[in-house]
Amino acid sequence: MPETNYNHEMAFFVDMQRCIGCHACEMACAECETNGQESMIHVNYVNRAVSTQTTVQVCMHCEDPTCANVCPADAIHQDDFGVVHTANTSRCIGCSNCVLACPFGVPKKEEKAELMMKCNMCYDRTSVGKKPMCATVCPSQALFYGTVKEIEEMRPDSVPVNSFKFGNQEVKTKVNVMMPKGTHTLIVE
Amino acid sequence: MFKLFQTLNRIAVIKATIAVVFVAFLVLLGSRDLQNFDPALISYLIGTLFAVFGIAYRYSVWLQRPPTRLYWRRSMSFLFSKDFIQYVLRSIRLFFKNILLQRFIAHRSKTRWAGHFLMAIGCLLAFAITIPLTFGWIHFELRPGDDVTYYAKVFGFDAGTFPLGSVQAFVAFHGLVWCSFLVIIGSVMMMKRRVTDGGLIATQSFSEDLLPLILLIAISVTGLGISYDYTFLQGKTYQFMAVTHAIVVILWLVWLPFGKFFHIFQRLAQLGANLYKHEGERRGMATCEHTGQEFATQLHVNDLKTLTKELGFDYDKKDGRNHLDLSPEGKRSALAKAHFEARKESGKFFG
Repeated sequence: MPETNYNHEMAFFVDMQRCIGCHACEMACAECETNGQESMIHVNYVNRAVSTQTTVQVCMHCEDPTCANVCPADAIHQDDFGVVHTANTSRCIGCSNCVLACPFGVPKKEEKAELMMKCNMCYDRTSVGKKPMCATVCPSQALFYGTVKEIEEMRPDSVPVNSFKFGNQEVKTKVNVMMPKGTHTLIVE
Repeated sequence: MFKLFQTLNRIAVIKATIAVVFVAFLVLLGSRDLQNFDPALISYLIGTLFAVFGIAYRYSVWLQRPPTRLYWRRSMSFLFSKDFIQYVLRSIRLFFKNILLQRFIAHRSKTRWAGHFLMAIGCLLAFAITIPLTFGWIHFELRPGDDVTYYAKVFGFDAGTFPLGSVQAFVAFHGLVWCSFLVIIGSVMMMKRRVTDGGLIATQSFSEDLLPLILLIAISVTGLGISYDYTFLQGKTYQFMAVTHAIVVILWLVWLPFGKFFHIFQRLAQLGANLYKHEGERRGMATCEHTGQEFATQLHVNDLKTLTKELGFDYDKKDGRNHLDLSPEGKRSALAKAHFEARKESGKFFG
C-alpha cells in the first residue's frame, strides 16, 4: 500500500435502529473511487410484509475475516489497519464463496464481471484522514465515523459493541454497532 | 538457509521437480537431443526452468489450501463424469471467452479490457514464439546449394519453407516486434489508469501493480532495441541490446511465480468455478428461509458449511440450522432483528 495518513483514533459506528431507509448512503457510496462508482452499501427492508423497518449494512471488517479464509484465490487482503479490502481484481475468480460465507451478508458478486466487490471503508478517503462517504451524508447518524469520545458524548445510553455471535461462532470486528449500555455481544439467532 | 529448506512444502517440491524434469525431457525430445538447441538461448532456458519450478511449487501449495482444494476436486469430478463431453465443450468455450479474450474485464470497463487484452495477447503470442525457440522445438535453416529459402523445422521435422526476403519471412521474423508493440500500447493504457484513478492510487502497491507494467514495458523496449540494432545500426550495439534484454527477461522469469503474473495461471480456476456453479444449478437451489427466494446452489451452501468448519468457523445454531443457510439479505435482516430485539429489551430504541 502507498504511504497513508490513516487515523487510528477514528472508528466506524453503526446504529441500524436509526436507519430511515433514505438511501443517501447508497448514492454517496457510489462516489467512492475505490468502488469504481458502484454502490457497495446495503439498505433493505427487514421484513416488509409486517414492518417498515429498514437496515443499513457496511462491511464490518472482521478481525479474522471469513470471506478471506474461504477465498480460493487469495483475493481478499486485510491490511495493517484491519481494513479488509475488496477482491483483488486480477485474482478474483468470481466463485461467490465470500458472498455466501460472510456472516453479515456484505460482499456483492458482479455476475458479468466475474468479480466480488465490497465496501473497503472508502480507503481512498480514510487512508488520508477523511471520513467514509456514507458516514458523511447519513442524516440520522445511523452511520457515524469519529472518535470513541465523540460517540460516547452523542449516545450516553449506548455502548459500541464489536463482538457478534452467529450460532456457535463469535465474530469480532473493526466496525462497531451501537447497543444498549451493558451489552458486550450482539447475539444473532 | 537450512530453515528455508525445512519450511519447504515437500509435496510441492516433488511436484515442481517432476514438472522441471518433464520440461527438460521435452526440451531434449523436441530439440532432437539438443541438436537443434540454440546455445545462445541457454540463459533463457535456465530462467524458464526456474519459472516452471516456481509456478508448479506455488500452484501445488495453492491447491492444498482447503477452499482451493475443494474447488479443484469438485470441478475435476464434474469434468470427468458422464457429462464429460458437455463440460469439455463448455470449458473450451469459456477458455476462449474468458481466458484468451478476457471478455469479463469488459464488464468492468471497456478501456480496461482493451488495455489488458492488448497486453495479454502480446504476451501470449510472445510466449508462443519464444518458448518453442528457447526449447529448440522450432528452428530455421538454410540448406547447401539454396541460400534463398528458409526451411522451418518443428520438433526436428520439416514444417514448410518460405523464401528469404518474402513478406512471410518479414512477418515471421518480426513476430516479437509486433508483440512488443501490442504489449507497450496495452501496458501504457493500464499504467495511465494506475496514475490517474484515485481509487487505484489509494490501494495499489508498487511491487504488485506498477512493477509488472514497468517490467513488461522494459522487456518490450529492450526487445525492440535488438531489432532496431540489426535493422538500423548494423549490429554495432548488439551485445548491449542482447544482454540488457536477457537480464530483464530473466528477472521477469524468476519473478513470475511470486508476483502478479501468477494470476495468469490462477485464472484457469475461473473455468472450474463455472463448472461448479453449472452442476450445482442442475442439482438444485437453496432457498433462504427469510426471503423465501433461491439465492445459491444447495451444493455450494453445503460445501461452505463443511469448509468453514474445516477452517475453524462454526456457524451451527442450537436448533440444528446453520447461519449460512440464510441468503446475504437474510443475514442482514437477522442482524437487524437481533439489534431491534436488544434495543427493545433495554426499553430504549435510541440513545
